[in-house]
Amino acid sequence: MARIIGGIGTSHIPAIGLAMARQQYEEPYWKPFFDAYQPVRAWLKAARPTVAVVVYNDHGLNFFLDKMPTFAVGAATEYRNADEGWGLPTLRPFPGNAAMSWHLIERLAEADFDLTTCQEMSVDHGFVVPMQLLWPDAPEWPVRAIPIHVNTVQHPLPSPARCLKFGEVLGRAIESWPANERVVVFGTGGLSHQLDGRRAGFINKPFDLYCLEKIVHEPELLAKYTIRDLIEFAGTQGPELIQWLVMRGALGAEVRKLESNYHVPISNTGSGLLLLEKAA
Amino acid sequence: MAQSREIWGTTIFDGCAAQRGYALNKMCYSFNSAENRAEFVRDEEAYCRRFNLNVEQREAVRRRNVLALIAAGGNIYYLAKLAGIFGLSVQDLGAQQTGVSVAEFRERLQAAGD
Repeated sequence: MARIIGGIGTSHIPAIGLAMARQQYEEPYWKPFFDAYQPVRAWLKAARPTVAVVVYNDHGLNFFLDKMPTFAVGAATEYRNADEGWGLPTLRPFPGNAAMSWHLIERLAEADFDLTTCQEMSVDHGFVVPMQLLWPDAPEWPVRAIPIHVNTVQHPLPSPARCLKFGEVLGRAIESWPANERVVVFGTGGLSHQLDGRRAGFINKPFDLYCLEKIVHEPELLAKYTIRDLIEFAGTQGPELIQWLVMRGALGAEVRKLESNYHVPISNTGSGLLLLEKAA
Repeated sequence: MAQSREIWGTTIFDGCAAQRGYALNKMCYSFNSAENRAEFVRDEEAYCRRFNLNVEQREAVRRRNVLALIAAGGNIYYLAKLAGIFGLSVQDLGAQQTGVSVAEFRERLQAAGD
């Protein structure tokens, strides 16, 4: 049977992808940020996952506003990225695991989550940046990926409580897949940031640190917020926290925190990193 | 209802905004393609007309004015693709929207870590 070995929360800011393309790892602005990923990469190397379920939001690459799914699950044999309009490098394709995707879709639908299924899906920086950050030097992607998109672009968005529940069902779905996969779940995006409006540049460090702490053993506290609360406390793009809640839900009740890091600013964002191991 | 209370300096991109800004965002979505970006650069006015932007939207594009683009229904993720054509980063956009220099805006971001 497939087993979830852990979960990783990470920001997915596009500037990170550009900095990696320019190899700015040692520059003072970037060094503390990139250094924090070293122990997480080392954990991944030792834990040898075979599948990564990556929960992210599309920012206008695969989905336009003509059709905006709330939850969309990739069911393709491979996924490709694109330059997104500002020259992000196009990377080697990400291999998928379509059979496992369909299994997750079946189990989620049985539990009353109405999904959009995608046999073709372009993946944007929300998916790509975490993959690059966690496997920067791998000659080939060491995992097969299953992208899951959560709408955080056009309101109404799914509530934090709904996303935590989605994660719980997703976790059980993963662990009922008969193949012997070792699965890591990524929750990407956040933490606080606001790109638009007169309040642009808003970052809320105390709230971000509170979320980083509470998501470990008390995610239900964060699930009580409304989307509007998250906008007020964490900026217009702060609701991306719901993708972390999906990841957290998937891990089940008992987890151990192995790494946690917070760094301000990366671009306009309070960036967060969290590594949770699923307790046996 | 609590959900409808306004948050200062913040526009929530809901159905109303999405409807109002549809043409503008659709044009910006087209900028995922390098060919379309080149086409826009060749003849900006014609490109805006092709996507049926209204007068308010065309004027906001012409002025490169982010707050006006948002008021006209623009969504920041789509607008970022338009801004990319002009070589503007999200710090440039932030500085313009908050009425400070880019250096000041960066300092504010930095100060958020203190």
